[in-house]
Amino acid sequence: MEGIRDRVAIVGMGCTQFGELWDKNHRDLLVDAAYEAFEDAGIEPKDIQMAWYGSRESGFTGAQLASALKLEYIPISRVENFCAGGTDTFRNACYGVASGVCDIALAIGAEKCKDHFGGFNMDILEPFDRSMTEWDGPPVNQFAQLATRYMYHYGWKYEDLKRIFAMIDVKNHHNGTMSPKAQFRREITVEQAMNAPIISYPLGLFDACGVSDGSAAAIVTTPEIAKSMRKDYILVKALALTNGGGQAVLQPEYDFIHFPEAVAAAQHAYKEAGITNPRQEIDCAEVHDCFAITELITYEDLGFSPRGKAAEDVEAGSFTLEGDLPVNTDGGLKCFGHPLSASGLRMIYEIYHQLQGKAGPRQLKKADVGLVHNIGGICGFFNCAVAIFGRPD
Amino acid sequence: MVGITSYGAYVPLFRLSREAIAKGAKGEKAICNFDEDSITMAAAAAIDCLNGIDRNTVDGLYFASTTHPYKEKLGASTIAMAVDLKTDILTADFSHSLRAGTSAFNSALDAVKAGSAKKAMVTAADCRLAFPRSAFEPNFGDGAGALLIGDTDVVVSVEASYSVYNEIMDVWRHETDSFVRTWEDRFTLAHGYLQGVKEAISGLMKKFGYSPADFSKVVLYSPDGRRHVELAKSLGFDDKTQVQDPLFAVMGNTGAAFPLMLLVAALEEAKAGDRILLASYGDGSDAFVFQVTEQIEKIRNRRGMKGHLASKKVVTDYKDYLAWRGILPAEPRKETVVFLSAPAVWRERDANLRLRGVKCKACGTVQFPPQRVCTHCHAKDQFEPYRLSDKKAKVFTFAMDRITSPVLELPIVTTTIDFDGGGRMQCFMTDRDPEQVVCGLPVEMTFRKLQLKDGIQNYFWKSMPIRT
Repeated sequence: MEGIRDRVAIVGMGCTQFGELWDKNHRDLLVDAAYEAFEDAGIEPKDIQMAWYGSRESGFTGAQLASALKLEYIPISRVENFCAGGTDTFRNACYGVASGVCDIALAIGAEKCKDHFGGFNMDILEPFDRSMTEWDGPPVNQFAQLATRYMYHYGWKYEDLKRIFAMIDVKNHHNGTMSPKAQFRREITVEQAMNAPIISYPLGLFDACGVSDGSAAAIVTTPEIAKSMRKDYILVKALALTNGGGQAVLQPEYDFIHFPEAVAAAQHAYKEAGITNPRQEIDCAEVHDCFAITELITYEDLGFSPRGKAAEDVEAGSFTLEGDLPVNTDGGLKCFGHPLSASGLRMIYEIYHQLQGKAGPRQLKKADVGLVHNIGGICGFFNCAVAIFGRPD
Repeated sequence: MVGITSYGAYVPLFRLSREAIAKGAKGEKAICNFDEDSITMAAAAAIDCLNGIDRNTVDGLYFASTTHPYKEKLGASTIAMAVDLKTDILTADFSHSLRAGTSAFNSALDAVKAGSAKKAMVTAADCRLAFPRSAFEPNFGDGAGALLIGDTDVVVSVEASYSVYNEIMDVWRHETDSFVRTWEDRFTLAHGYLQGVKEAISGLMKKFGYSPADFSKVVLYSPDGRRHVELAKSLGFDDKTQVQDPLFAVMGNTGAAFPLMLLVAALEEAKAGDRILLASYGDGSDAFVFQVTEQIEKIRNRRGMKGHLASKKVVTDYKDYLAWRGILPAEPRKETVVFLSAPAVWRERDANLRLRGVKCKACGTVQFPPQRVCTHCHAKDQFEPYRLSDKKAKVFTFAMDRITSPVLELPIVTTTIDFDGGGRMQCFMTDRDPEQVVCGLPVEMTFRKLQLKDGIQNYFWKSMPIRT
């Protein structure tokens, strides 16, 4: 079985401002992200042969994208995989190119979360149905349950674990100050984060990402065509996707201190990319920091830190811009914002620029291999995407 | 011999201090939580009553209440599902009168006598609304009582019964009313309560030849915690030694459930051979003479009235009570529940109401909600139903958040619990003190209401710290 490694290249990307974009609808966002990507790739909308459109809250069917961009009768699939939807949209477009059925494909995700009261459609149906006996809440309490158990399992004192969360929050806020398109661009202190109001115990306001409007897009093609378009195209090294089957809530063996979906996706991706020591071989990562606990556990799930030891790396500053493996260099979901199905493509947008050496004040000295990780859903039913990128040289 | 073969009761965890209603008022009244109603309380009392009894042997369930959540829709069927009874049984709702509890009891006795049922359950519950700050408000309490009627292993035999009706406007609610109305109490007590109950008791004693000295305990419905004494004295009973305490100091008048609950309280103190007189009230009165048998010692392991009354949390903020009852409107949350699907509610009834999971016949793994393919061994359609509602569990992990609906209870405690004997479930926790929630906390399951949308009320189970 041939993997995706080195078979698809990114030749253009676009990303809108993320945030509370009260005056824009989802078609405005699609146009803004797509046209930036077209310009970056040096192509016209008519050059797109197939498209994949990711959305969860905003816009059903491929026709939404066709109408926004006036695409003329090309195949467009709508992709929905909760918070992993953006990376999955990209994955589908890559597979389209790799299969040989098209030369140039568009992957685009967009959300108008802020058209929903409180920024999030509370009416989550999956994995249940309309008898509505599940709680109809945003996923924060699901991640908070992991935080509670992580604290209990490793014997953390509440204040001590909150300090680790706060250090992650502070890092992402610092990085966000250097991202012009980020939703939140201001520094915070550890004390501010620790003393912020509780959203869902034990997670506080600054332990939670923003909920945002936004869109991000990628143009993908074959490496052969990419070479003719630009020198600094970026190669796809691995694409992995896993979906939980309810194991966490059906099987008491599940421990609530890791995401089995993420562990499996990372293993698949590392194998496909030929990575054996992720901490050494990956230069930068965009991980799904929907909540501080998610980022902390993800360090362990991705093999950046030994199981149960991620906090030591946080305290050592390993994941800051100056650390040995900078994570969420653009501010992450925490500060860049989180328009669900656009987030994966926004992460790829950052890795794309880091690998091209175009990340401005956030630019890392060494950025040859980058990783993107998205996870979304509820316990037992997480959908996790991991993608790895490299440079052609 | 036909009689009571088991009893049970339910008093909500919460008590409203009467001081919160009116300065200087004494005692407290039982109030149901925001997620309770007469159906959930009646289910809890029925489950208490069936402790140690095979639920498949129950072949009748009568639900009595003046505060039925529906005007048109059977409540007994919802309760029978929550109690996990079989479906080929008698079910009926008794309503509209404070006497509904004893009316249902009479009918259950008749059903067993006639042979239509072998074991018929009566479960009565009420949570009546009084006008805020009215004289009724401090008096009304919430609760439920349940009696199982059968003809073997009789705990309390029924020696005699006698009923009168009394057409009078003394307490009422029109279809358009939310709150109980009344007339001047000098009239309603004289010609309603006192006259009605007196007629029933004296009629019964005369017809069957009893005298006051024949009874070890007289259990009387009491409208206000005082008038039953006047009534007992006028009938020749010794109010110091013979009259059952109507529990106004700790519970209040629980409406249609009241006579059943007071009878349970009396039975908890009774010994074999005791003769007990019970009289209900509501547009007339039903009076009964009971005799306690030696079997009573076999059913002491119920939480009953004593256990439930001893386990409590006092609410001191009157506004909490008003909000829970919907008298103070809560801020509506946007887009919480768009609609409840009647087919989905029906299809999921065994899981949601009976709280039945499944146990894999191939590998033994207990799973909730029910699955088609086993999560562990992947065997397809190899399951047997597995009741979880009666299992204890422990909190594996939890969150306490301020943004998940419902907004009537902040923070909302969401739990992942592991059942003793297998099975894991995610559910809300209710009747909890946020300070006491920890990983490993022992919990039990309690049947509660969840969402109300388009007149459809769905019910489900929540975890709660074990009531001790």
